[in-house]
Amino acid sequence: MSLLSVRSLRVTYGGIEAVRGIDLDVAEGELVALIGANGAGKTTTLKALSGMVRPAGGRVTYKGIDVTGMASHHLIRQGIALVPEGRGVFARLTVEENLAMGAYTRNDPPGVSADLDRVFELFPRLSERRAQVAGTLSGGEQQMLAIGRAMMSRPRLMLLDEPSMGLAPLMVQKIFEVIQSISAQGVTILLVEQNALLALEAANRGYVMESGAITMEDAASALLESPQVREAYLGQ
Amino acid sequence: MDIFLQQIINGLTLGSVYAIVALGYTMVYGIVQLINFAHGEVVMVGAMVALWVITALAGSGTTLPPLVIVLIGTLCAIPACMAVGYAMERIAYRPLRNAPRLAPLITAIGISIILQHLAMLIWSRNPLAFPQIISNPVFHLGGATISGVQIAIISLSLLMMAALTLLVYRTKLGVAMRATSENPEIAGLMGIDVNRVISITFVIGAALAAVAGVMVGTYYGIAHYTMGALLGMKAFSAAVLGGIGNLAGAMLGGMLLGVVEALGTGYIGNLTDLCHVSWISSDLAERCAVDGHVILFGSNYQDVFAFVVLILVLVFRPSGLLGERVSDRA
Repeated sequence: MSLLSVRSLRVTYGGIEAVRGIDLDVAEGELVALIGANGAGKTTTLKALSGMVRPAGGRVTYKGIDVTGMASHHLIRQGIALVPEGRGVFARLTVEENLAMGAYTRNDPPGVSADLDRVFELFPRLSERRAQVAGTLSGGEQQMLAIGRAMMSRPRLMLLDEPSMGLAPLMVQKIFEVIQSISAQGVTILLVEQNALLALEAANRGYVMESGAITMEDAASALLESPQVREAYLGQ
Repeated sequence: MDIFLQQIINGLTLGSVYAIVALGYTMVYGIVQLINFAHGEVVMVGAMVALWVITALAGSGTTLPPLVIVLIGTLCAIPACMAVGYAMERIAYRPLRNAPRLAPLITAIGISIILQHLAMLIWSRNPLAFPQIISNPVFHLGGATISGVQIAIISLSLLMMAALTLLVYRTKLGVAMRATSENPEIAGLMGIDVNRVISITFVIGAALAAVAGVMVGTYYGIAHYTMGALLGMKAFSAAVLGGIGNLAGAMLGGMLLGVVEALGTGYIGNLTDLCHVSWISSDLAERCAVDGHVILFGSNYQDVFAFVVLILVLVFRPSGLLGERVSDRA
């Protein structure tokens, strides 16, 4: 049984249908990529799954519970964490305060401080800058912070929105290594990316989204071989 | 008597009250970008409730010491104001959270009028004497005097400012408040119940306003259903002066405004004495010879200073003394 199951999900913005009845499944422990062009509805899908927008229709089931339209501050308590598009770090809070906010829902100080050490171990740069306000970090450091912050909630399902956006190639590589290591630790991941090659290389399975609908679904390796994907998203 | 020192002391007393009230404006603005024009009325409710309780207790022939009676009055005013602040946000502002900026602003003015008139119905339309039951010793300081009430107002205000700063910068709730003020959507993703944090912000501001109400009542010995309006406008000016949305700004702005107002009041008569320039007309010289002074603006102009300061700030430094950016919203 899948951990996250989406059926006929629809999201509208002021009468315009951004997501038109999609089906999507993510099994426990999987790393699933959702790729597609700009404006295909990928970010809107993640916003609906994390409770930032209310779906207009359809059903979202997580751990067998219907969570359709649940507010984001409840969803995180269920174990769903989103790393939002554009990182969304609190620019006026320090690195440490940002990470503390990631653990806002938790009541086990020893566990939280152990996870804080883990994040700092994974991202030594953040450790060096722990007392600095997040607005002064570089784009890559902010992305590390956004991912670290999501880890602090000890999520079972992590939703990542365009983690490579606006980053230098070396930083992109580093971020993807981290994503794979989080996945290897057993966290289920749904990854939205415009960089289809990177996403599919990291993922087990993939979905292709076009104009608000899912047009292809397959193992990531199969999608990488598919002529349509190669032509439309890999530029080959 | 040293007028300068005396006016500084009076100004710091007044400024402490402005600062405490300004904090309420600035906290609410910081978190929902709303100028809560009804905040001054919360101060008035605090003064009225305390007046009620203190008058009742003092008249009941109790053996409680006066200071304890005032303390009980304050402890009744605080929850009453918290309830008003909570209800205000819940009933009037929350439904308009996503409405155009102007709607909650007009609502705030409406709430202010409603609260004033409710208070008028409950507590009469006439000024009420705020019971002066605690002994108020006067101490001499240089060429000036400072009263026990003034010392209490200044030190209590400083204590509350320190406590609020600790709350906002050192506790999990405080970090959540700052996170919500920066980006409520992302704060929600962290598991912060944004509505709850906004309610708490209103309630804390209202609790501070309650104490301010008791302080003003005790200081001036009078309470009236319109007392919150002018005080609110001045505290709002103080918040803008310091940089609205900025806690330290509200504290600095309040203190500064109090001192400017007190010094202005102390010196305006002398500064606008036309006899300094009696040479401009022989009529004036004649009158000066008889009366000694021809004062253009007397100390009854004291309320002008706050608004002159507000206008100057808006013209020359719209983001305020400590404000980081110019606000683009109403």
